[in-house]
Amino acid sequence: MHIPDGFLAAPVWASLDVAAVPAVGYLVRRAQRGFEESRAPLLGVMGAFVFAAQMINFPVGIGTSGHLVGGALLALTLGPASAGVVMTAILAIQALVFQDGGVLALGANVTNMALCGVLAGYLPFHFWGNGPWRRFSFFLGGVLSVLASAVLALAQLLLSGIRMPGSVLGLSLGLFAVSAVLEGLITLTVVGALETLNPGFIRQATAGHSRALGLLGTVAVALAVFGVLIASRDPDGIWKLAGSLGIAGRAQALLPTPLADYQVGFLQSPWLRRAAGGLAGLGLIFGACVLFGRLVSKSRSA
Amino acid sequence: MTPLITVRDLHFRYDDGTAALNGVNFDLFPGETVALLGANGSGKTTFVLHLNGLLAGSGSIEVCGMPLTKATLPRVRQKIGLVFQDSETQLFMPTVLEDVAFGPLNLGLDPHAAVDRAMHALELTGMSGEAHKAPYHLSAGEKKRVAIAGILAMQPEILILDEPTTFLDPPAQRSLIELLHSLPQAKIVVTHDTSFAAALSSRAVFFQKGVVAAEGDVTGLVRRFAWNSPVTTSR
Amino acid sequence: MHHVVLERWSRGRSVLHRRDARAKTLALLVFLVVLATSYGPLAALSGVYFALLLSALLLARLPVAGALARSALVLPFSVAFAAVSLLAGDAPRAAALLSKSYLSALAVLILISTTPLPQLLRGLEQIGVPHFLLMVAQFLYRYLFVISEEAQHMRVAALSRGASVRGMAARRARFRAAAGALAVLFARSYARAGGIHRAMLSRGFQGRFHLLAAPRFGWADAAFLLLAALLPAAARGFLGGWRP
Repeated sequence: MHIPDGFLAAPVWASLDVAAVPAVGYLVRRAQRGFEESRAPLLGVMGAFVFAAQMINFPVGIGTSGHLVGGALLALTLGPASAGVVMTAILAIQALVFQDGGVLALGANVTNMALCGVLAGYLPFHFWGNGPWRRFSFFLGGVLSVLASAVLALAQLLLSGIRMPGSVLGLSLGLFAVSAVLEGLITLTVVGALETLNPGFIRQATAGHSRALGLLGTVAVALAVFGVLIASRDPDGIWKLAGSLGIAGRAQALLPTPLADYQVGFLQSPWLRRAAGGLAGLGLIFGACVLFGRLVSKSRSA
Repeated sequence: MTPLITVRDLHFRYDDGTAALNGVNFDLFPGETVALLGANGSGKTTFVLHLNGLLAGSGSIEVCGMPLTKATLPRVRQKIGLVFQDSETQLFMPTVLEDVAFGPLNLGLDPHAAVDRAMHALELTGMSGEAHKAPYHLSAGEKKRVAIAGILAMQPEILILDEPTTFLDPPAQRSLIELLHSLPQAKIVVTHDTSFAAALSSRAVFFQKGVVAAEGDVTGLVRRFAWNSPVTTSR
Repeated sequence: MHHVVLERWSRGRSVLHRRDARAKTLALLVFLVVLATSYGPLAALSGVYFALLLSALLLARLPVAGALARSALVLPFSVAFAAVSLLAGDAPRAAALLSKSYLSALAVLILISTTPLPQLLRGLEQIGVPHFLLMVAQFLYRYLFVISEEAQHMRVAALSRGASVRGMAARRARFRAAAGALAVLFARSYARAGGIHRAMLSRGFQGRFHLLAAPRFGWADAAFLLLAALLPAAARGFLGGWRP
């Protein structure tokens, strides 16, 4: 689900853009480590692979079919940092060349799919990739990556003030669950087929990866759970939450909404201050995560 | 005359244990064109990948008087231009000009000099009119010419072409032969196409099970190993 | 295919095609931000923005009907959410979703059909996007055509397998066939990447991509950027006001 421009409220897309920039910068540096730019062709071609993989349909039943999304598969084969870079490049090309997903909303889509989706897809493998749960971790990775991306996107839409009747909300959560299970099954079957072709394609779960990624993955899943909580509340609850986070600001000004009282309250204090507060908060949380992750990985390699 | 390439007792094993080269001896002299013939898996491509250090086996390789080591690798790669079988893999930059300028830029030329070199190489191969096109929009024959231009821009002394006629229709094959005849460099051509080999090369080497089984002129070797294509036999 | 058409359009020679990629990218960002933060008389504002984009299309000598139709690719998604908003009793938002997403898509389409992707990526690099990420995007775009063609073959192969069985077993067989096809496509892509890397090494690649001379940002580019930024902002200020 790629969010187009025009859907998200300014504080939502702006803060996610601001958060995505250092995150992608970090992933880029991590993916290059030890290779300089030699891995650019591999990552680019694998991005083209994920793109092209959409042409191959997997039967779901009742005449419908689905296709690979790819976050978990890339994380299992290229590692989470490289997978994040590949997904970012895919999203950028889709936004620019295929008008699939917005340009201002790129930060949101990158956060959902390239950061949280990939990390959530990698997490089960990180923990159980060597034990008896190995195959289950492939499946669960696929499930979690799609679920995390979709639920985060839904939460951002709801935060932006798009109102959905309960039935529609329930239906979309149901659809997410189905496509998540499908992604899990596809990831599991494709990884199985790949391991028979060449066991070297799938990474080793033990060697050389830091706790930082596990930590970030946990954050991604926590964010997704947080998103589910938001999504399952009624719209008023969302607005209260948004208000208390200080990021409801521009969403209210975007269009006249039924929540006029909120708008009035909002006019009394300059929105910029609130939006800036929200941005700063998100930035701080994010910075803390990155810093902590790096400290952990450094202390391990030292 | 001192050889441009001297290979002595080259052995190589792939990671899975398959022995690909079992003691290859080979010389290439200035101005000659040598065809490498042999079955799939006989070691031809594995052999040429050694010549510019993409694979490293045991034995000795000397290129233009330099023994092939890690230190000489950059200079050896400038001397030996390798044209791969699949032009799609070789033309990886977004436009023809950028692709041909890729090598000169790696040699440390400044952007202007690199563009000059690239344009000159494109003129040699008759492709200067397509400099700003995307490689995807070229025909197979044009792609091969651009790939050769990309190599010529490095100003090598030796050209190695791996299966250059794959994907080419007969007119494109003919014009490739003309182009290669016009280039003064010594050449090694890996090919299954015996008429192409005969039209181009002064000498042929036959690979079998990772060693050079025989050398001589193309027609002699073709007769000895019954190596002509089924189309010509049936006529 | 969509991107093949856009690439052909991007090789034009109009005034807009000749502008520096940075100027066009920044102009697009300004437009998108102005559009995203617009409120007030939606119909009037949308009309003005549409007129601006339309004049850009004409200036670039692009096929107007074709460009308008291609931008409608975004609409299925927007229509679904507009319908949901209508159901929730939020008609103004439904209208805003449709118009804003369509206008945004059209604006991006104008950028990509007046700027060849390599130039656009180069411009993004000059603006500060990490070079490695752009190289990945460049390789992705370069091999999109090639791998898609291979995928098309695999698709046919996967469809023809398991076609004779019926029912649950057929579905499982087809699922496995599709997974097998994907695995083979994966392996081929991986091998191709290895081949590309070898081709790069044999042409002296030592770990870093060097660039040809950077394009210059001239007065015409500055003037274009100023104009393209001022016009939508002025429209928004005039019709909608800046104060929240």
